[in-house]
Amino acid sequence: MAENSKTSPVVRIRDLRKSFGTNLVLDGIDLDVQKGEVVVVIGPSGSGKTTLLRCINLLETYDEGSIQVDGLEVGFRDGTGGGRQRRSDRELARIRADIGMVFQLFNLFPHLTARENVVLGLRKVRRLPLAEARRIAEHWLVRVGLGDKLDSLPSQLSGGQQQRVGIARAVAMDPKVLLLDEITSALDPELVGEVLTVVQELARDGMTMIVVTHEMAFARDVGSRIVFMDGGRIQIHGTPREVLSQTRHDRLKAFLARIELKLH
Amino acid sequence: MIFALQSLPYLWQGLLITLEVSALVVVFSLIAGTILGVAIVYGPRWLYWPIRIYSDVLRGIPLLVLIFFMYYGLPLFKINLTNLASVVLALSAFKTAHIIEVVRGAIQSIPVGQTEAGKTIGLRFGQRLLYVIAPQAVRRFLPPWINAVVDTVKGSALISLVGIVDLMLAIQQVIGRTYIPMPLYVLGALMYFVINYSLSLASRRLEARFAYIRE
Ligand SMILES: Nc1ncnc2c1ncn2[C@@H]1O[C@H](COP(=O)(O)OP(=O)(O)OP(=O)(O)O)[C@@H](O)[C@H]1O
Ligand SMILES: [Mg+2]
Repeated sequence: MAENSKTSPVVRIRDLRKSFGTNLVLDGIDLDVQKGEVVVVIGPSGSGKTTLLRCINLLETYDEGSIQVDGLEVGFRDGTGGGRQRRSDRELARIRADIGMVFQLFNLFPHLTARENVVLGLRKVRRLPLAEARRIAEHWLVRVGLGDKLDSLPSQLSGGQQQRVGIARAVAMDPKVLLLDEITSALDPELVGEVLTVVQELARDGMTMIVVTHEMAFARDVGSRIVFMDGGRIQIHGTPREVLSQTRHDRLKAFLARIELKLH
Repeated sequence: MIFALQSLPYLWQGLLITLEVSALVVVFSLIAGTILGVAIVYGPRWLYWPIRIYSDVLRGIPLLVLIFFMYYGLPLFKINLTNLASVVLALSAFKTAHIIEVVRGAIQSIPVGQTEAGKTIGLRFGQRLLYVIAPQAVRRFLPPWINAVVDTVKGSALISLVGIVDLMLAIQQVIGRTYIPMPLYVLGALMYFVINYSLSLASRRLEARFAYIRE
């Protein structure tokens, strides 16, 4: 850890602010994510977790502050004369190619097989030859336990299987950071485990991740750090042990109590 | 009856004109309607309203008025087109307005999560359109588009009113010479039916081909 903090972070967020109309959703977020870290973001509904993730790969624009991924500001480039200019679609595509995202509702391409879902980015973005793209896609699909589903369409897969294709599609691009937004919350309870196991393995192999989840066991066991958000701010930030022991923090306590209720 | 048989080549010529006009209109309106339909969904605001107005206005005008306008009106503006070109222009302009709506509806039927997934793996706009949106939208696009094609063939009969000898006018002229209206009208109706029925069959084939997405 001590060494990590000296190297430059993979994701560096400073004083990030974002409103939807008059609704201030992110109210000055500061966060560094070092290479190989798994930062778990928790917090009540509406606290801005999804918005934070979506700002990092510019699915949402942000108003103020800075997000750097691997030293590169994602939302803006320096305009002529020092001002900030929004990036072009082409620049954004290049930046996003290095930021993986897995969605709550999978968002697989329904007209493509599992393998083709993974191959698409490798071919069209990474510009790999077909044979190599297929080899990488198969490698990752096998890794997530879908070696026998290469040619299945998403509609022929269970939710847990679809989500594992979603993970394979993201990691096959070899991203610098992987963003996971409640990727198990649309799944039947008995399918949650198979997806979290895959994520846990990725973590063990050193994938840098920002994970929004309500799975507290996962947060405790896999998270390098936990970030508790409320009202668009980071309220508590520390190792899982540090954060989860702050039982006197009223809002954290209320949040954890509500999650417990939902689980039991 | 002999007259009627002798007139078959004449009807054939008319049929060819009908097919030629229809084919040109289908191609032009497909190209223009797709470009404008994509522009109305993804384009900048200053493009939205002109296209919106164009589409709404043209769909609100009777086709015949449009044909007369292009045929008699354009020369007043010193725009001189051949008869055939002017009716092809009128029909294409009319159809384009419909295709814009079909394209817009088809694109907007695709959940926004698809676009976001495409962005997330680093696809650029054109690539998202080509590899993510279009293959899914085409399924929504096909049924109304085939309807529009059938409509074009039927609507093209109106060009006979400015004196272009298409299938419709050829039939009428032959009737004028032979005085046997019923068999000829039946023959004409049959010809239109055969064209459009084959289109419908082809479209069902196409739709089945794109039915791979279950929801
Ligand atoms: N596209 C949008 N337009 C307007 N308001 C939005 C939009 N997306 C999110 N918001 C608002 O921003 C706030 C934060 O939403 P966000 O989805 O980031 O919360 P969250 O922490 O992910 O919540 P949840 O746990 O329910 O997923 C909410 O008040 C929400 O209503
Ligand atoms: Mg959320």
